[in-house]
Amino acid sequence: MGQPRGCGARAALTGLQQMSASVSGSSTSVQSLPCPSSGSEELTDSEGSAYSGLQDSGSDSSSSDEEEEQEEGPGGGSVPRTRAKGAPRKRKTLEDDSSLEESKALLAQNEYEEDSSDEEDIRNTVGNIPMEWYQDFPHIGYDLEGKKIYKPIRNKDELDMFLEKMENPDYWRTVQDKMTGADIKLTDEQIDLVQRLQRGQFGDVHFNPYEPAVDFFTHEVMIHPVTNRPADKRSFIPSLIEKEKVSKLVHAIKMGWIKPRKPKDDTPTYYDLWAHEDPNSILGRHKMHVPAPKMKLPGHEESYNPPPEYLLSEEERLAWEQQEPAERRLSFVPRQHRSLRAVPAFPRFIHERFERCLDLYLCPRQRKMRVNVDPEDLIPKLPKPRDLQPFPTTQALVYRGHTSLVRCLSISPSGQWLVSGSDDGSVRFWEVSTARCMRTLPVGGVVKSLAWNPNPSICLVAICVEQSVLLVNPCLGDKLLYGATDQLLESYVPPEEERVQPVRWVTATAEEHGRGIRLLVQHSKAVKQVTWHGKGDYFASVVSDNSNMQVLIHQSSKRWSQNPFRRSKGLVQCVLFHPIRPYFFVATQRYVRVYNLLKQELTKKLMSNCKWVSSMAIHPGGDNIICGSYDSKLAWFDLDLSTRPYQLLRHHKRALRSVAFHRRYPLFASGSDDGTVIVCHGMVYNDLLQNPLLVPVKVLKGHALTLDLGVLDVLFHPTQPWVFSSGADGTIRLYT
Amino acid sequence: MGSRVLCPACPGLSGCCGSRCPRGGSTVGCYSPSCLTLITTTRRLCILKGIYPHEPKHKKKVNKGSTAPRTFYLLKDIKFLLHEPIVNKFREYKVFVRKLRKAYGKSEWSTVDRLKDNKPTYKLDHIVKERYPTFVDALRDLDDALSMCFLFSTFPRTGKCHVQTIQLCRRLAVEFLNYVIASRSLRKVFLSIKGIYYQAEVLGQPVTWITPYTFAHDHPTDVDYRVMATFTEFYTTLLGFVNFRLYQSLNLLYPPKIDGQADVELKPAEGKEYAMDSESYLEKLSALSSSLARVVAPTHEEEVELDEFPVEGETAEQMDARKKEQEALEKHKKLFEGLRFFLNREVPREPLAFVIRCFGGQVSWDKSLCIGATYDVSDPSITHQIVDRPQVQQQVVGRYYLQPQWVFDSVNAKLCLPVADYFPGVLLPPHLSPFVTEQEGDYIPPEKLKLLAMQRGEEPGDANEESEEEEEEEEEDSNDKEEEEEEDESEKEEEMKLKKLEEQKTQSNKALPVTVTAGKLRLEDKQRLEQEQQSEEKRLAIMMMKKREKYLYKKIMFGKKRKVREANKLAAKRKAHDAAVKEKKKSKKAQRA
Repeated sequence: MGQPRGCGARAALTGLQQMSASVSGSSTSVQSLPCPSSGSEELTDSEGSAYSGLQDSGSDSSSSDEEEEQEEGPGGGSVPRTRAKGAPRKRKTLEDDSSLEESKALLAQNEYEEDSSDEEDIRNTVGNIPMEWYQDFPHIGYDLEGKKIYKPIRNKDELDMFLEKMENPDYWRTVQDKMTGADIKLTDEQIDLVQRLQRGQFGDVHFNPYEPAVDFFTHEVMIHPVTNRPADKRSFIPSLIEKEKVSKLVHAIKMGWIKPRKPKDDTPTYYDLWAHEDPNSILGRHKMHVPAPKMKLPGHEESYNPPPEYLLSEEERLAWEQQEPAERRLSFVPRQHRSLRAVPAFPRFIHERFERCLDLYLCPRQRKMRVNVDPEDLIPKLPKPRDLQPFPTTQALVYRGHTSLVRCLSISPSGQWLVSGSDDGSVRFWEVSTARCMRTLPVGGVVKSLAWNPNPSICLVAICVEQSVLLVNPCLGDKLLYGATDQLLESYVPPEEERVQPVRWVTATAEEHGRGIRLLVQHSKAVKQVTWHGKGDYFASVVSDNSNMQVLIHQSSKRWSQNPFRRSKGLVQCVLFHPIRPYFFVATQRYVRVYNLLKQELTKKLMSNCKWVSSMAIHPGGDNIICGSYDSKLAWFDLDLSTRPYQLLRHHKRALRSVAFHRRYPLFASGSDDGTVIVCHGMVYNDLLQNPLLVPVKVLKGHALTLDLGVLDVLFHPTQPWVFSSGADGTIRLYT
Repeated sequence: MGSRVLCPACPGLSGCCGSRCPRGGSTVGCYSPSCLTLITTTRRLCILKGIYPHEPKHKKKVNKGSTAPRTFYLLKDIKFLLHEPIVNKFREYKVFVRKLRKAYGKSEWSTVDRLKDNKPTYKLDHIVKERYPTFVDALRDLDDALSMCFLFSTFPRTGKCHVQTIQLCRRLAVEFLNYVIASRSLRKVFLSIKGIYYQAEVLGQPVTWITPYTFAHDHPTDVDYRVMATFTEFYTTLLGFVNFRLYQSLNLLYPPKIDGQADVELKPAEGKEYAMDSESYLEKLSALSSSLARVVAPTHEEEVELDEFPVEGETAEQMDARKKEQEALEKHKKLFEGLRFFLNREVPREPLAFVIRCFGGQVSWDKSLCIGATYDVSDPSITHQIVDRPQVQQQVVGRYYLQPQWVFDSVNAKLCLPVADYFPGVLLPPHLSPFVTEQEGDYIPPEKLKLLAMQRGEEPGDANEESEEEEEEEEEDSNDKEEEEEEDESEKEEEMKLKKLEEQKTQSNKALPVTVTAGKLRLEDKQRLEQEQQSEEKRLAIMMMKKREKYLYKKIMFGKKRKVREANKLAAKRKAHDAAVKEKKKSKKAQRA
């Protein structure tokens, strides 16, 4: 019966909360014990003494049990089992009280009745299991007959609990029995026991832990034997077996069968390993072997006393410290020591050796071919620009007057007049040689594009303003000439039957006529580009639209327009007439399509290799095209050669806005957002076998960057090697 | 490395699973399934057999489309490892360890003894032979072996690694030093902040190694000593065989024995038999003060004039140059011949004794400092005493008291430098690295220039100083800043533009009157114009370059420019420093006055 007590001790260690069950367990077992309630002194057996703390409380505890049962009474309808069990026990205790002898007899009986199992609490047979397992069930276990033990109904809420805590003087000594779920009020003795255990004392009041120790056996060596038995004979005579064994060993040693172990020599022996070097024995893998490169040899900065310039300044040191260790050019900070005795140990020495080891066995090795080229050899040998003159070299004139970015330029076929359109809603006519603004034509809108009629006998300028194309007679130069142009326009006779046209041709009003405007071609949407055919009768306009109506071709003499395409092939950037043959170039974002206007078919599709074509120009010979693109490339196409660019020039740093060919000289220019105009020599040979020669000859600077835009348009003079450029800074510059 | 493709952070090769990789990122991809069984010993095997990873040409193709950094071994290499007989030895050793552990656990001490007696051992001789089929191959790879052995020989004999390894490393290192002394093959020494670099020319191969300064090591925790120990295991084997062969080539006994005469001298007064005591033997050897015994008694008239065979296609000039070089080398070898050094106790004995003996000098030290001292401080024949303290109290007449740097600088300069700069307490001149050979356009420190002049046989010391003084005076006189600007001549475009603008302005201001100066300006303009034109031409030509060539060109030019920039920076720093020093001097002078 040592179990319950041990249980109690355990409980004391684990705390009151846990203890409640075991204490109650012990208390119940005490109840079941038919012990005399009179006093502990009657108990003589060890069992009793072990229980002395609880024993004399037998009657008390039973009474408390009764109380509990009474307390539980009101809500105890559902726990008839416990009640039923409680009753006989009570009876028993009463009997116990009655007589000692009877009780002893009963003890003999009950011992085996109640103590039949290891269970501490026989009321609940679930065993030593965590009681949480029964949390979700209405019952808490099973009694001896296998019937469910139901949980007592607890209808106390927080308030009740609080009230009880406040009002019940015995609240502090009430604990819950986990096994039965019943509240138990601890008796004084039990509390005493608990307190003693909490203090770390023995549960038994009467146990004396400091009893004098009595040795069973003395540690002193006694001179007399404990037994009086005489010694064996064999302890006086030598062992024969041993003798035999020893003689065998002696014999083996004598005969040289057993030898002492040779001391082992750990020191490695070396010999001439390479005595017979056979070059043929070298395996193939050694030929493939990449020997590890040697460590880098130290420079001056690693010296213990380096020249002063190798020491790091304060900023350099800070920079060094902030760098990642892998990024540092030096793995150490150079230091100067005045003498050798002042040099400390290098703290990372072992690290460096270790890193080297790791490098040796973990780094892939490769043979890297070092490119050993003279950079000068890489530069292509080109003809000297001096030999390719003439080309514009210096800025000669600046045409000032526009207040906003000048988007477009055009020049009269004679080369005397220049016309420019700007974002400030005006078109200005300049005299080229003097930079004088001859006329200003306000058009009331952003001028996207303009083009002077290339026919020298007609003085007419097409101007794109918003949704319409204006045909303007600038009335400059030869009076006969512009008079003839007016006559030509007036001689138009409208046809008998009205044809359906995609645009409206409107004759200018008198007021407009006074300003020089002769005709208006009104489109349905904004027009972004206009370009003349070489003969000066037809012109094409590009509408910013997504449909097949993007490109329209107009005939000015007959005042009628047509839409050449049935389907849209993408966003058209610009269009161009072939100078000689009936070809028509349409540049979409990435392709340039070449149409034969006579046969009305697609002849070629040029891949520009650019992301977004911005502009296009054709060589006067008609076989070469250049395309500028917004991804700062210039593609030169040789139409005879291929549909891919013959050469892709990446001269500019930013997007190209416009490109231009010179009509006579082998020159072409490109203007870009980086504010420069690059003039290149582009010689096209008559010999078809010889490829064009492209040489950049001059970088012209001058335009200031405004709003991230530089040069918006470039234009060559028709006869002179001069180039005009219009910029976002509102100026036009002439380079000669 | 050809290129360091990976961070070699992975201490275990078992990265196949990717779990033991500490820093992540680098895992090991190997194709062989047998590799998995080998994994514990693979690392050791790779180290011993010199197997290194390969960088696949198409990384994505090999790595299942991912570009994550992984290490790749050739399947061929891993298979090659499998055929190594040492793998079986490793297995045996593993079994041995298991048995031993069991015996310990059962407290069967007799079994433990028996097992220990039969501990399996293995040799790496065949691996050395396999990795270095010729002796020259081994010599080429000796750098790391030497550095590692020297490092391990300085380790304390506790923890970290086996005492036997440390002793063996020490022994091999000392043997090698003795060989270098005997063959007089040391060429360069460099005192760096990391340690002392030595470069010897062994049978025509430059062998460089570094030794740490003799301090206790602060053992880092993030270093895998097992890896280092494996390397050392191989290196000791290699170095032992190399030493044997080297000793043989000089007709020296191996293991080395101290020469008979010196032997007698070294014998302690008590007449104790020291030869039995291996420790004291090693110590005596490491004293580096005595020559070694030879197999054949050295005939002192050994230096036979070598017959000269003219190499075909060699002009007389080249031959002369070669001859001169040979002579210089011989002279260099006998740099300290006839000099007697004494090392004070505060200077590092071993490196100095080694260096001095390598160049034919005699060296001794205090008897209490180390075994092997040959003469006393009071010896009147001492010519140089190496001292590293601010001042020396009792100076003996007839010898130079010098700081240790003199020895090293003299060796690197291949001549005995003037001693005045190296007296105790004097501010030492900078110690320059002998490994740097300046190319065209590199920055050369002024000390190096002086040294080069000295080597050419000029007497620049005084002249230079004088000129410097003169310069100083001049500068003081003139105080012209323009000169300096002209010297600088770092022609930046902006400056050019500014100047141009100024010129234009002046021209326009001056307007009509034509003077001589105007003509001069025009002349300059012409030159400049030409230059500009040329540079523009070049720029235009560069524009026409192909994309790939342009990239390459830009890269090369960037490297060049960076070099120039760095050289300029160093020069500017030096200039500033010199100016500051001068200022100080002046202020001191002024204070005195």
